[in-house]
Amino acid sequence: MAEPYQRQSALAHLGLAARAAADREKSDAGVQLGERAFPGQLNLRGDPGNEEFMDAASGTVDCVLPTVPNTSAGEDDLEEGPRVLWLAPVEWLIVTAAGAEEALAGELVAAAAGCGGSVTDVSDARTVIVLQGPNARDVLMKGCPLDLHPDVFRPGHCAQSLLARAAVILYRRADEADGSASFEIHVTRSFADYLWVWLEDAAGEYGVQVIEV
Amino acid sequence: MLLITCPWCGPRDEIEFSCGGEAHITRPSEPEALTDEAWADYLFNRTNPKGPHAERWVHTHGCRRWFNVLRNTATNEILAVYEMGKPRPDGEGS
Repeated sequence: MAEPYQRQSALAHLGLAARAAADREKSDAGVQLGERAFPGQLNLRGDPGNEEFMDAASGTVDCVLPTVPNTSAGEDDLEEGPRVLWLAPVEWLIVTAAGAEEALAGELVAAAAGCGGSVTDVSDARTVIVLQGPNARDVLMKGCPLDLHPDVFRPGHCAQSLLARAAVILYRRADEADGSASFEIHVTRSFADYLWVWLEDAAGEYGVQVIEV
Repeated sequence: MLLITCPWCGPRDEIEFSCGGEAHITRPSEPEALTDEAWADYLFNRTNPKGPHAERWVHTHGCRRWFNVLRNTATNEILAVYEMGKPRPDGEGS
């Protein structure tokens, strides 16, 4: 991890905090956008057929590692605990609250390394853009080939795909209080600026409100 | 645009995948014993059929796993998707 005083989020140059403050009273926006900076992210690899590994890893992250493709386990609210996304048959992404990843990585290494597991801290590889609101799905559908029908890509589902030709990991959170969908888009740092600009352009017709996440 | 069913992730759009060429090409166990013609045949010559063709694909922007696809090159119909190491499901020459 970079020294905290040198650390800048991938979208720091856009001044999103000031824009969020200016947009606070906005109520007619169809889409809300924000950056969740410094998400803790750990890449975990291991054999799901190895019970010792599954028990050790699942015990450390307080949930059973998901083995059904495109699903997740753990907490929707990261302040409550880590969330585990299925990436591949032998690979998971563990998402934590900012700053919680280092301690968890240490625990995971201690628990899973002895039974064929491998843990890599990839927190600085990607940032997370939060996209929510009544038209959030419409915006995604403009650039993502996934089947995003609400009955198919449900809360808790995740997928690796392309969004406007940028490689992303998409996660659908629990719906907002008003019933509208909410997504988290993990995107590599180097594509974050491009994707943010694309999202804002694609969402322009619905009205955009920048939010603090 | 093809809709390819990844054995793990399910049906996904073609742009998430990369094609790795013809499947079931076995590296000769003793390359030094081959003639130049036989080695060149292994390296460069492919069947290029009009009709069912076994190909390797990788889900580049998904789970990054390799698998085999049996595709009709004339109609683009995908006849079967099967794991690496499995024989061709239609029993044609491998």
